[in-house]
Amino acid sequence: MEQTVFYVFAAIALGSSLAMVLQRNPVAAAMNLVLTMFSLAALFVLLHAHFLAVIQLLVYAGAVMVLFLFVIMFLNLTEEQLLPGRKSILHGAGIALAVYALLQIRELVHRMPAARPRALATDFGTTKAIGKLLFSDYLLPFELTSVLILAAIVGAVVLAKRRLD
Amino acid sequence: MPIDAAFVAAKIGFVFFVVLNLAGLLGWVERKQSALMQDRIGANRAPIFGITLIGLFHPLADAIKAFTKEDFIPARANKVMHTLAPILAVAPAFTAFAVIPFGDTVTLAGKTVPLVIADLDVGVLFVFAIMSLAAYGVVLAGWSSWNNFSLLGGLRASAQMLSYEIVMGLTLVGIFMTYGSLQLTEIARAQGQFFTFGGLNTWIPKWGILTQPLAFFLFMAAAIAESKRAPFDVAEAESELVAGYFTEYSGMKFLMFWMGEFVEIVVISGLVATLFFGGWQIPWLARDGFHVPFTSIVIALPAMLITLAGVAAFWTKVLVLIWLQMTVRWTLPRFRYDQIMRMGWKMLLPLSLANIFVTGLVILLMKG
Repeated sequence: MEQTVFYVFAAIALGSSLAMVLQRNPVAAAMNLVLTMFSLAALFVLLHAHFLAVIQLLVYAGAVMVLFLFVIMFLNLTEEQLLPGRKSILHGAGIALAVYALLQIRELVHRMPAARPRALATDFGTTKAIGKLLFSDYLLPFELTSVLILAAIVGAVVLAKRRLD
Repeated sequence: MPIDAAFVAAKIGFVFFVVLNLAGLLGWVERKQSALMQDRIGANRAPIFGITLIGLFHPLADAIKAFTKEDFIPARANKVMHTLAPILAVAPAFTAFAVIPFGDTVTLAGKTVPLVIADLDVGVLFVFAIMSLAAYGVVLAGWSSWNNFSLLGGLRASAQMLSYEIVMGLTLVGIFMTYGSLQLTEIARAQGQFFTFGGLNTWIPKWGILTQPLAFFLFMAAAIAESKRAPFDVAEAESELVAGYFTEYSGMKFLMFWMGEFVEIVVISGLVATLFFGGWQIPWLARDGFHVPFTSIVIALPAMLITLAGVAAFWTKVLVLIWLQMTVRWTLPRFRYDQIMRMGWKMLLPLSLANIFVTGLVILLMKG
């Protein structure tokens, strides 16, 4: 059962990310990326990481991608404005690079020691467990991230405000 | 195993049936209530063998009409996206109801079953995550129709939904802090306790609206904005944008946007009932029976009766909250777009942050 669900969502994730790259229409590409995010969230659920799955949906699928679509709609590209399909040398180089990267990843996966299944803690992946980890072991990275986000917010305000008085 | 699957299927069927029918009926409620409020007669036609039943057959007539109408797609529209949009507007709203408990646990055939489809640890976050996907339906509808009114409606809706999602999430942080959980069943159960004052039982239930009154008003405002209904309906503003993002829709696809909106109303009501009005809890009615206030007398009642009363109480609360949203919708005029944005970012957001701060302060003082 779990394996079937895994293969279904893994196939959807791969298919939609491939479609995202190959699509010419920017809105269709964005929607395929949303589908990829969604199936990734489903894979997180299979790994008992419920909190992570929900955050993945909430942040990436629900907020970031809506903003992407928002910007694409503002640009309102027409068919003519989109690049005509030219087979340039860049296409060939890109495909070669992709194949090389895939081979390297395969090599890495082979070299990895076989994972030994461990029993999970009963509260693994719950909000409480993640919260405890964030505010104990990972307190410094957590606080640093919040400073980074604050800097981004200030930057956005400065950029959005045309003149600072 | 098969009995578990049967329970799950029964729960899904029950929720789907109730929510779908409630949403269908809301189409009639909306017309009838607006008619009453504006001193009109309202929906009173669609007779079956001469029986009109105060117009209750209208939703049925609407559905038949919508199914038999021509499904029109504009010539330059993106056909795939145009078809996908109404599905994306309805499906997430239904899915969100999966984590909302509609009753306490029930013991049947030696098994204790919680009356919620999925009792997730992440609870409310799941509702937000799924509801945030509903934005795609609106945005795609606006973009794919190849119509400037639609596009404007889609743009307005996406900005509005993103802004108010943040407020919705932050207002509930106070609730999480008070009840110490994200799980909706636990939040609802915790509201069955009573306030104690200096060790004395006051017999006032710890409902969310009493512990977090500000959060209730903020959440209600943000939730109505999220469902894009008046006074926040600039995305479909009929006096400016024809019908906004669903201008180019006809037949059943048009009706699906309406269904999505009505299902969202039901989900919001269910969420508010669970978070602020004790979910299935009836004051002083506990698992073992009715506790007479200010005494230690307990009137024992059968467990099944208490569970059924809880289910009835939950849906009654949902109906009252639906009525509240309908009344707001037909009372207030539409805000201007910049007013909506200013209200979301400059009023509701700071207030919800202040609510978190004050809640934290109170919890700290009460502990120490």
